[in-house]
Amino acid sequence: MLTYIVIAAIKSVVLIHVLLGAVAYTVWLERKVVGHMQNRWGPTRVGPFGLLQPIADGVKFILKEDLTPPHVYKPLFILAPMLSVVLALTSIAIIPLGNQLPLGRWTTALQITSSPAGTGDINIGLLILLGVTSIAVYGIALAGWSSNNKYSLLGSLRASAQMISYELSLGLSLVGVLLLAGSLSLREIVTAQSRSYDFRWIPAWFPHWYVFPQLIAFFIYLISAYAETNRIPFDLPEAETELVAGYHTEYSAMKFAMFFMAEYANMFTVACVATLLFFGGWSGPVPKFLPPLVQAFVPLFWFAIKVLAFIFVYIWVRGTLPRFRYDQLMAFGWKFLLPLAIANIIITSLFVAWLS
Amino acid sequence: MLHLILFFIFAAVCIAGAVNLLAQSHPINSALSLIVVMGSLAVLYLLLGAEFVAAIQIIIYAGAVMVLFIFVIMLLNAGIEEHSGKSYVAWFIGIPSVTVLVGLAVYSLVLYQENSDPAIGPEPILGSVQAIAHLLFGKFLLPFEVTSVLILIAIMGAVVLARRGES
Repeated sequence: MLTYIVIAAIKSVVLIHVLLGAVAYTVWLERKVVGHMQNRWGPTRVGPFGLLQPIADGVKFILKEDLTPPHVYKPLFILAPMLSVVLALTSIAIIPLGNQLPLGRWTTALQITSSPAGTGDINIGLLILLGVTSIAVYGIALAGWSSNNKYSLLGSLRASAQMISYELSLGLSLVGVLLLAGSLSLREIVTAQSRSYDFRWIPAWFPHWYVFPQLIAFFIYLISAYAETNRIPFDLPEAETELVAGYHTEYSAMKFAMFFMAEYANMFTVACVATLLFFGGWSGPVPKFLPPLVQAFVPLFWFAIKVLAFIFVYIWVRGTLPRFRYDQLMAFGWKFLLPLAIANIIITSLFVAWLS
Repeated sequence: MLHLILFFIFAAVCIAGAVNLLAQSHPINSALSLIVVMGSLAVLYLLLGAEFVAAIQIIIYAGAVMVLFIFVIMLLNAGIEEHSGKSYVAWFIGIPSVTVLVGLAVYSLVLYQENSDPAIGPEPILGSVQAIAHLLFGKFLLPFEVTSVLILIAIMGAVVLARRGES
């Protein structure tokens, strides 16, 4: 029991550092990619290709004065950014990043919440993820309310309404995959995607990723995920043209950085879930001739590539699309995405029933 | 052992949240305490092996229902309540009923223990998603569907009431 807790703690520390490092460099990537899309250079001054820019940003965030305006409701004003960042980091604990990692004499599962034997997974991984997402609304809602500022309040009201609305289609879009895989455990969903197809006419080399049978569900998921993470084109909670900066108008220095980190960490979680559910997780060709330790890292490499591709699409969309209007956003979520997701569930369950 | 420690931690958090819910004078603090209560209840369900119920408790109650509470408090911008401390109802009905309830709880937990049901304990199989799905779509199909129809009617009623003034 004690060793299990110690191992989980070590894994958590490593994963949090990797995640926060990835978050910092995603900000760099975003500035760079959006810069090039807009015919600019992006950050170039700090380090080669601006590679040290995230570190400079971090130092700046720490050294800036942490203002607390006098009119705020202080306990919740301080609690809100912490809640955001803690929940964003919690959800990554459920994600399995790969099968087993042999380290000399020991092997360990590449997941924090694996069973002590290292092969199993909690049976409700996906539900926990949805639960954490639904709790994450509070970070933004409380931030806006406790700021005691009209723009902040409007931003957080928008955020809460938007996140509740799109959580429905997000959850429902996953049901199709769950029906095909027959499990809520993320590990088993990935394993189910390494099977071959039930049909002869599909060649064996063609990957059995759920994105192919569930293409509609994947796009519903992608759109709702953008709305859940408050990214362009759904970044109405922080629409700077109308709301100054939305729910984080009154925040400065590290507290602002916490919201920032939470947003990017959520992007990573969403990308990880998309990879696991629709793109076969860590599956991919593993060459046989490499040394065992390097070979063990190859699935992790595939996983990272797929996640990074999603992050790139995020940035790409940000560089391409304008912001929605608020009533368009709500109408789109409730009148188009939700019925489409339900129709997809019905068709998928009919298909599964026909197959069995 | 770990089960027991976690149980006592989260039971204490749950009760502390419930007491705080009553003690706070600002509605938003009370609502947040209620979220703490629901979250710790979810952990207690998890400790009993009812993982699905625990996850649903978080998603529905702590996530969806309480967001609406907070939403209403934020929209109405409800202020701090005043405690008068002069309610006779509290003195003459509240305190005796609390005494009776605490007495009953102590009696059933401490004195009456030998007759209590020994089967209550961690039952990992019963709380799984599959088990609940078999119950919901097999044995309890009719109550389940009737409940969903009831909720649908409630939603339609709310829409009708909200839209009455428009036409």
